[in-house]
Amino acid sequence: MSTAPRKSRDTVDDAIAHPEREQPYAELGLKANEYERIKEILGRRPTSGELAMYSVMWSEHCSYKSSKVHLRQFGDKKPETDKLLVGIGENAGVVDIGQGWAVTFKVESHNHPSYVEPYQGAATGIGGIVRDIISMGARPVAVMDPLRFGAADHPDTRRVLPGVVAGIGGYGNCLGLPNIGGEVVFDPCYQGNPLVNALCLGTLRHEDIHLASAKGVGNLVVLYGAKTGGDGIGGASILASETFEDGGPAKRPAVQVGDPFMEKLLIECTLEVLHAGLVEGIQDLGAAGISCATSELASNGDGGMHVVLDKVPLRDHTLTPEEILMSESQERMAAVVTPANIDAFLDVCRKWDVDAAIIGEVTGTGRLVIEWQGEVIVDVPPRTVAHDGPVYERPIERPDWQDALIADAPSSLKRPASAEEVRATVLQLVGSPNLASKTWVTSQYDRYVLGNTVLAQPEDAGVVRVDEGSGLGVAISTDCNGRFAKLDPYNGAKLALAEAYRNVAATGAEPLAVTNCLNFGSPEDPAVMWQFSEAVRGLADACLELGTPVTGGNVSFYNQTGDVAIHPTPVVGVLGVIDDVEKRTAMALGREGDVVLVLGETRDEFAGSEWAHVVHGHLGGIPPEVDLAAERWLAQVLVAGSRSGLLSAAHDVSDAGIAQALVEMSLRGGVGATVTVPDGTDPFVLLLSESTARAVVTVSPSDVAALESLAGQHGVPVTRLGVVGAPGADLVVENVYGGTASWTLDELRATADATLPALFG
Amino acid sequence: MRVGVVTFPGSLDDRDAARAVRIAGGEAVALWHADADLHGVDAVVLPGGFSYGDYLRCGAIARFAPVMGELVKAAQGGLPVLGICNGFQILCESHLLPGALVRNDSLHFVCRDQRLRIESTSTAWTSSYEVGQEIVVPLKNGEGGYVADEATLDRLEGEGRVVARYLELNPNGSRRDIAGIANERGNVVGLMPHPEHAVEPLTGPTTDGLGFFTSILKGLVEA
Repeated sequence: MSTAPRKSRDTVDDAIAHPEREQPYAELGLKANEYERIKEILGRRPTSGELAMYSVMWSEHCSYKSSKVHLRQFGDKKPETDKLLVGIGENAGVVDIGQGWAVTFKVESHNHPSYVEPYQGAATGIGGIVRDIISMGARPVAVMDPLRFGAADHPDTRRVLPGVVAGIGGYGNCLGLPNIGGEVVFDPCYQGNPLVNALCLGTLRHEDIHLASAKGVGNLVVLYGAKTGGDGIGGASILASETFEDGGPAKRPAVQVGDPFMEKLLIECTLEVLHAGLVEGIQDLGAAGISCATSELASNGDGGMHVVLDKVPLRDHTLTPEEILMSESQERMAAVVTPANIDAFLDVCRKWDVDAAIIGEVTGTGRLVIEWQGEVIVDVPPRTVAHDGPVYERPIERPDWQDALIADAPSSLKRPASAEEVRATVLQLVGSPNLASKTWVTSQYDRYVLGNTVLAQPEDAGVVRVDEGSGLGVAISTDCNGRFAKLDPYNGAKLALAEAYRNVAATGAEPLAVTNCLNFGSPEDPAVMWQFSEAVRGLADACLELGTPVTGGNVSFYNQTGDVAIHPTPVVGVLGVIDDVEKRTAMALGREGDVVLVLGETRDEFAGSEWAHVVHGHLGGIPPEVDLAAERWLAQVLVAGSRSGLLSAAHDVSDAGIAQALVEMSLRGGVGATVTVPDGTDPFVLLLSESTARAVVTVSPSDVAALESLAGQHGVPVTRLGVVGAPGADLVVENVYGGTASWTLDELRATADATLPALFG
Repeated sequence: MRVGVVTFPGSLDDRDAARAVRIAGGEAVALWHADADLHGVDAVVLPGGFSYGDYLRCGAIARFAPVMGELVKAAQGGLPVLGICNGFQILCESHLLPGALVRNDSLHFVCRDQRLRIESTSTAWTSSYEVGQEIVVPLKNGEGGYVADEATLDRLEGEGRVVARYLELNPNGSRRDIAGIANERGNVVGLMPHPEHAVEPLTGPTTDGLGFFTSILKGLVEA
């Protein structure tokens, strides 16, 4: 594909001498007003190289031009905290977890590339987020992937899902990073727009934090890692910023190809040069490649940089300078190194067989100057490329269908009315694609490597040990129910945060900080912008109320096919800290005779529920009530109960309610429970409502009073449900409309395990 | 007792193998692929991972690493060597062990808690176990199917060189459910599952894997 102008080089002198030359700014994704603005900044027309740089850096993907005005709320409403060592704006936020340790974590989208080429799209999504983490000076220690696909039985899902899973496994396994959780969600709204988000978690000592800046005139700019090729040119600007249209040119060449082996060497090499103190500033090369790295490093530093583009090691010698500037070849990093340290730096690169080239130096000119074959082809103020891109206040309008959607409440849907009907409904849900076992997916990921995985899927959150001596560890979970967000984007975002927060607390970790990946349709659609603005407002408000600051995140727009956008899907990741991972609470039912209780209040709430979705194909009404104070109290009970050893198991209640929670806890432990619906409680509501701020827990019989007392202190309602059975016992629910509903573990397991293999082989 | 753990470019489970050695009571010594020196260690673990990205063929490039020349000589002289997963592949490529590891029959990478039966305790790495003992350790591989010609398989069986066998489910299509084998002398063992991931109750499905590492330390103390 030849998006960059292929004519002979266009120098700054040419631009001055030939001001009226027509330029393909529209093909590069720039609007007419944006092109005019570039001319205004430069006082002349841009060269073709400058145009290439501005076009990628001012793309939606790189510039956040439609989202910036909204995302400010994460800073404006930031809760008071002394835990944030590095905030929003850097490659990833850094959070203090105590004992001199910090963690950095971030989630990013690779949605569009993964639809075009599932394996490489997903693989390079992992690669990109891992480089964000190492460029903060952290060692990556875990990854997880929130994934969303179209209908499970749609033929195209069979193309996309296996490729995405194999790509995540193929890349992540080869890097030696345990995959500790994530999500797999199916909904027809994602049919043409699967969401492939990737999260990486890294650990570092406080003193090892590094930032992306080019400081110190005379310091050298080193490009190291893979050679630059023709892959991914215009990937960010074109793939992520426009919707696919039938009949357009094939876009496959714009997807990058990953080499995880090179990335593994890059991790080890980068951590070695950072720890040896050989680096002044560092930046990964992702979207917009060299354009992004040089302009951001210069913009964050002393403001000037001189780059000799001929020095860039190339895989393809026919590339034009514009293509070199735009290439998104993977597994590359840029570092700023003092002349005194350069030999030592290059020695480490040689040790790891990593190519490195000095491509330029830091200057005091305030300009980013790039030359090619002895002539200047770029001469710009770097800030105008990296940080002063256009900012749009896009029109916002609440969609006209929103009222009809929330008026269509699920109250008239037929509910099960006998024990036999409840039994059948639960089985139907257990085997439905969203709730069925995800082992087909997760068994393709290595969850053991590094030897610090304490909990991994299907647990509520992944837990990894950070310090082998003290047992200090972190828990992390990502969540979002797009159906809730469709019904009410403001509260849907709050619900996503609430669920991730609850999942982290269920393991015994104290929730500390938030990252997000905001997946939406086209920002040029006022209805989508309304969803987006509401979701951001909701998430910012909820973070303030829960005291968990947003440390960073990612926005993915244009997830729509034609006029139809995906459900608003603000995926929220919550990080928690646990002082001693030995004390973590797992979800499996264990000791026979332990008492099963539910914490929190169950209301009749079915709008957007898994039951309405699976059984009735219904989406309408008002989603479950958000009660963040209740979430906070519940979390305090779960954390205190874990630390004191009171809880023998805990599991968050969310999709398909208490019934599904009990099924999952039973299957995990290989033992069922016998529970009784309290008199005066509707069995269907108790079992399948999706009210928030609830968890199922177990304690030994002698500890029931202690738990009730602990919960009472925090104002959390406790309902005793029943007892854990003998090993292999059935799951039994008594007092269901005058009867008993029961399931053998074998039938539950067979039902849960059969679904994904039957669909995907 | 000093047990070397070799790091090749792309080795991933080297830290885990070193941790397992330490938990078993030994001293782990880091060995570097480009350093043709075993630094006087008493035994060596070739850890799991994707050495050289598994490019060309798993283990095919690693066998030419400078450290391997020394290792092959020492192994032929009786030095205990355990190759885990990618390490097993490297041992086969180096002809210290017969046969080869091929793509899983499922064509998928598979990570699971795998039940094994220990078939031989007369190797340097399995003397802590009982013959017939069942253990559960993690298994994770994409190319873990053990293959050899029938005569070789018969000889391995006849000489008691099948070290461990898969139980309940053969996860990768290995011939005769073979999970691990030894050389004639019993000092070199290749194993597809990962005992180093089953040495702590907190992070492993069991601690059943520790026996491989205590075996070697016990053997070295007695020797």
